Amino acid sequence: MSELLTTVDGRPLKAALASAERTKRIRAVLLVMPLFIFIFFSFLYPIALMLYRSVENPLIAQHMPNTVAILENWDGKEVPGEEAFAALAKDLVTAREAREIGKVATRLNFETPGLRSVITGSARSAGKWKPPYKEKFIDRRKEWGDLTTWVTIKRLSPTITSVNYLAAIDRQYNVDGEIQMIGSDYQIYVDLFMRTMWMSIVVTVSCLVLGFPIAYMLASLPLRHSNLLMILVLLPFWTSLLVRTTSWIVLLQTQGVLNDLMVWTGIINDAQRIQLIFNAQGTVIAMTQILLPFMVLPLYSVMKTIPPSYLRAAESLGAHRFLAFWRVYVPNTLPGVGAGCLLVFILAIGYYITPALVGGQDGQMISNMIAFHMQKSLNWGLAAALGGILLGGVVILYWLYNKLVGIDRLKLG
Amino acid sequence: MSQISLPDHAGPVETIWHWLYIFICAFVFLFLIAPILVIVPLSFNAEPYFTFTKEMMSLKPEAFSMRWYEDFMAKEIWQRSIGNSFFIAFCSTILATVLGTLAALGLSRSEMPYKGLFMGLLISPMIVPLVITAAGIFFFYATVNDYIPLTGTYLGIILAHTVLGTPFVVITVTATLSGFDHSLTRAGAMLGADPTTVFFKIIMPLILPGVISGALFAFVTSFDEVVVVLFVASVEQQTIPRQMWAGIRESISPTILAVATILICISIVLLATVELLRRRSERLRGMSPG
Repeated sequence: MSELLTTVDGRPLKAALASAERTKRIRAVLLVMPLFIFIFFSFLYPIALMLYRSVENPLIAQHMPNTVAILENWDGKEVPGEEAFAALAKDLVTAREAREIGKVATRLNFETPGLRSVITGSARSAGKWKPPYKEKFIDRRKEWGDLTTWVTIKRLSPTITSVNYLAAIDRQYNVDGEIQMIGSDYQIYVDLFMRTMWMSIVVTVSCLVLGFPIAYMLASLPLRHSNLLMILVLLPFWTSLLVRTTSWIVLLQTQGVLNDLMVWTGIINDAQRIQLIFNAQGTVIAMTQILLPFMVLPLYSVMKTIPPSYLRAAESLGAHRFLAFWRVYVPNTLPGVGAGCLLVFILAIGYYITPALVGGQDGQMISNMIAFHMQKSLNWGLAAALGGILLGGVVILYWLYNKLVGIDRLKLG
Repeated sequence: MSQISLPDHAGPVETIWHWLYIFICAFVFLFLIAPILVIVPLSFNAEPYFTFTKEMMSLKPEAFSMRWYEDFMAKEIWQRSIGNSFFIAFCSTILATVLGTLAALGLSRSEMPYKGLFMGLLISPMIVPLVITAAGIFFFYATVNDYIPLTGTYLGIILAHTVLGTPFVVITVTATLSGFDHSLTRAGAMLGADPTTVFFKIIMPLILPGVISGALFAFVTSFDEVVVVLFVASVEQQTIPRQMWAGIRESISPTILAVATILICISIVLLATVELLRRRSERLRGMSPG
């Protein structure tokens, strides 16, 4: 029978080892915890809060409680009766006195444009009215005799709603409660998502096409030469985004350096100056330059590990230089190509600053629309829903990146 | 011998390809550096134009002037912005460096459970689009404002910038630690040093280059950040990027070019520091000096 191994003080070795392992594990976790708690409260929780905003809808239920209660049993087939109008009058007057009527009107207006004035106008008059209300309401604004108005109020009654997400993909409920596309004049978000994807793909491909040759040059030159050229990649990487965006404006605008150069060399004459910026083209050019280092660095670090002897071996076996390059070298660079493309695409799809400054009308991306709804239209629910969809896309890509490349392999310079 | 040099037996097709390749690379490098090449000389333009005047092309001294730099020095708003930017970036860098370094030390231990998941979450502020982060922070600050005022305060901006800066610290310090020889820690412990002494006497000096690089990345991130500032700062926390943002959107004054040139100089200094540190770090880890 084998004797049980123990430590000096008589504990079984297995237990002592397990407890030592546990201590080490706890130590590691304790080191990570401060940052994790910090990130949790100032990043993860705020993002969750934003996602909650995209489905939360407390305004109507809170400020129109009587109407909401009556409408709960309403079948939605025809305009409700006097009872509902009485409740409406009561709610409107209370909400107006509490100075909340503007918020209610704005919220309903996001859903059915035109309702703002209907609500605020009727709320002003309703205080002076005596029952019965139905006729007076419809006299004041004919929209009250419209089924759509009531359907809108009923749809926004629940405190959790999907209307923001539907609006974010250009859809809405019709009068019968079915989901349908909104009128073609109002369809913007699906196109915008498509354009954002398309522009990000163009930027990613441009980065790959421009980045591949220089990464190859950097990887194959002796270090003391390549270090010098590497500075040309790293310097823009360290230079402020706003500085680079400003320079692109200076370079590309119609009275800018590039147009001047073309006029001076006689490629175009003074009347034919080309509009290179404040459009989608400008956004793509500026973003390609800004994201190029994120393509070159992963490509370079992969190319650095491919032994030059592979190419020599292929050539000595009779392959032509180009064939050897295409069949032997390029497949070896694929991990770098994948890493670079994913990273550039992830960063491009959420870009805000550059499209906002040089995008003009048709160079705007989805982030710009989110910022617009956050700061200008104040439709926070829709902004949050657009953000939620964008975030979903980025998280999937990030997961893919982590799976294929490994986040710990991310290198910065 | 490098792979891209032309072999002696190269035919005409290969020779053309070779020079075409060199030309393409030169073009791409020019594309990368063009914004910097253009903005620096234009910031010395004596005229309020954004293009090279004939006098500048013929290098006449009177075509150049420091007037936009003088304008920058004279305007109180720029002075205040630069002060704010440095203050906010300095505070968030310290916070980010301390939190990020500790986390990287934990993450690089083999005993750390769910390492991939934690790493992924801690890096995510770098990946999530800035507008989404800014919107989330905006909602969060609005809900806690009654208890802790964060909207329109320095504290709010500093905390938000710390979030954005920590991934860089985590990444650079983890990279430095990946080549770290853990037998050194054990040797220190065996010779009787307590964990704190081991950390300050053995680990810290070896990972210091990585920590400083990470700190510089965090500094630049904060110094260049504008989206969060637009969402949650008040006029009081006006920073350089926000002032530039406003300037670019309204009417670009050449003063912006002077500011841009100053920022380029700052980034050159930071890049040089990081490069030197990287080489030192590789030397310390016994890798070939680059």
